[in-house]
Amino acid sequence: MSRPRTLFEKIWRRHLVTAGKEGLPATIYVDLHLVHEVTSPQAFTGLDERGLPVRRPDLTLATMDHSTPTDPSIDDARLRVLDPEGSAQLDRLQANCERHGIPLYAMGDERRGIVHVIGPELGATQPGMTVVCGDSHTSTHGAVGALAFGIGTSEVGHVLATQCLLQHRPKTYEVRVDGRLPEGVVAKDIILAVIARLGIGGGTGHVFEYTGEAIRALDMEGRMTVCNMSIEGGARAGLIAPDEVTFSYLEGRPMAPAGDAWEAALDDWRSLPTDEGAVYDRTTTLDGSALEPMVTYGTNPGMAIPIAGAVPEDDAIEPEKRASFRKALDYMALEPGQQLQGKPIDVVFVGSCTNSRYSDLEAAANVLRGRKVADGLRVLIVPGSDAVKRQAERDGLAQVFVDAGAEWREAGCSMCLAMNGDQLAPGQYAVSTSNRNFEGRQGAGGRTFLASPLTAAASAITGRVTDVREVLS
Amino acid sequence: MSKSFTRYTGTMAPLPIQNIDTDQIIPASYLKVTDRSGLASGLFSRWRYRDGDPEGDPISDFVLNRAEHGEARILLAGDNFGCGSSREHAPWALVGYGFRAVISTSFADIFRSNALKNGLLVVPVGEDVSAALFDAVAADPATEVTIDLEARTLSLPGGGETNFEVDPFARRCLLDGTDQLGYLLNQAPAIQAFEAANAARLDTRSD
Repeated sequence: MSRPRTLFEKIWRRHLVTAGKEGLPATIYVDLHLVHEVTSPQAFTGLDERGLPVRRPDLTLATMDHSTPTDPSIDDARLRVLDPEGSAQLDRLQANCERHGIPLYAMGDERRGIVHVIGPELGATQPGMTVVCGDSHTSTHGAVGALAFGIGTSEVGHVLATQCLLQHRPKTYEVRVDGRLPEGVVAKDIILAVIARLGIGGGTGHVFEYTGEAIRALDMEGRMTVCNMSIEGGARAGLIAPDEVTFSYLEGRPMAPAGDAWEAALDDWRSLPTDEGAVYDRTTTLDGSALEPMVTYGTNPGMAIPIAGAVPEDDAIEPEKRASFRKALDYMALEPGQQLQGKPIDVVFVGSCTNSRYSDLEAAANVLRGRKVADGLRVLIVPGSDAVKRQAERDGLAQVFVDAGAEWREAGCSMCLAMNGDQLAPGQYAVSTSNRNFEGRQGAGGRTFLASPLTAAASAITGRVTDVREVLS
Repeated sequence: MSKSFTRYTGTMAPLPIQNIDTDQIIPASYLKVTDRSGLASGLFSRWRYRDGDPEGDPISDFVLNRAEHGEARILLAGDNFGCGSSREHAPWALVGYGFRAVISTSFADIFRSNALKNGLLVVPVGEDVSAALFDAVAADPATEVTIDLEARTLSLPGGGETNFEVDPFARRCLLDGTDQLGYLLNQAPAIQAFEAANAARLDTRSD
């Protein structure tokens, strides 16, 4: 009988083409390579310069998401005028995919969407797989029990050419969240609390595995939200062991195994969870029952507080970190000790690979139903995929948003990274369901409060940072 | 663009800020390029120019705009440098500007990996060394250090030197000026054997 192993170790071992030794990295095989327009053009150029083909176009999938317009009135012809560079990048992806036989979900394709939304949605990302993409939020796919992580463009080239990556084996870090979440506290609050605890470099060199009752109780989309922000804690990947929730989510999806293959896959997937007695390099435990809705106040995702709390005082910050803390508060135009609740905002953004799935939109719609967006507030609702958009339109969620006075947009990354024209104006404050509150992330001079879809919807009603529990009660 | 690194001696540009993310190193608005050119002007553009616009006025007290640091080709930065996005545009922009190395107490994983593939050496040092370097540069901006990749040493301003850790494989590639793809391509037989033994889990073209 072999020694007990973690989920990570099991996946890692299965994918070793050659084991690393004497300082050499391991070569690991990639089961699925996701590609988008922004981080791939230079990789394809590198292949072309060497005359190399794409080794496995059948294990590669491309979509357009980062720089695509979400304003329904912007068609291809208008985009070419409004954003010639972005348009050229989309053209380049199309040409590269056509030349190499890579399936591409281009503009207008009903399977198109944010790369980390469509992977699970199509059943392409499956338990036990290795999944990579030139995007740091690839960690999202760890929610199905896949080892999934972001890579740079050089590595995109490596995978295109060889379907493999050179990697040193990361360490493992169990992030255990016990207990039942209180009312109004959701997956986004868990991960913001985890990052606030560990710090944004806390997971560097590690893969997180999220365990515990509060994680098990999440649906698949909540698990994706948690894994998505692993990178904000410094971990390239985050994993959640597959279970019945995972299997029922995947069953029947277009790229999931079917028939006998489904039964065989289930047998295999059930062997993946971490064995009793397996040891992680590090472990931390949070009490889920003590969590509150979280909101960020600063310029990185670790600068988060319970929504009823206040910005820390100077003396709560380690002396060598005070200058950076002050720089962040200056940027946000906030003071130490200040309450965030009640702070007037200009924009609410519900979207991004963190929180743009059907259940995220449903949570926001349940708060907004029959209510109105505050006067003068701009509210963008950006579904994560065309499929999410269609379902939300069919089920009436879209109408709830429109009736409330929000903008109902096309699928894409949108204001999360603001490279498609959806952006904050200098000085504006936004409550955003996205993943990064870095300076200027949502537009030069824009100021971001990261929060859950529930908090975003509650804040949309009042036009201020608002505790959803007060709106619901 | 040279992807090799052996030894470099020069001055440092101090940026004593923790958690400098890749959105600060190169904002998303610069990511629409389909090659690697034009990124140097976007490097730290939001901190470097008024309104973040390279056509606009330089912000005079930002380190890259100060005459005494204008020639520096080593960046001395706070903890957890390069956190955030996987954009390789970040090291491309740093290299495009002329930086040869970044010294910090820690680096984000993806940035470290990307930098080393582009001839940009990341030099992790202890907190005491970091503090001593910031002090030395503050006292005399002309302070020079030598980074020796073969020996894995960083010379200290007051004399002596410190060792630093670097991925041995990346170090070999940098010293030899070879790229990592060549090494992977040479593993074709092992990759083929792996594929023969492990059936693909899906076909993305089937949907």
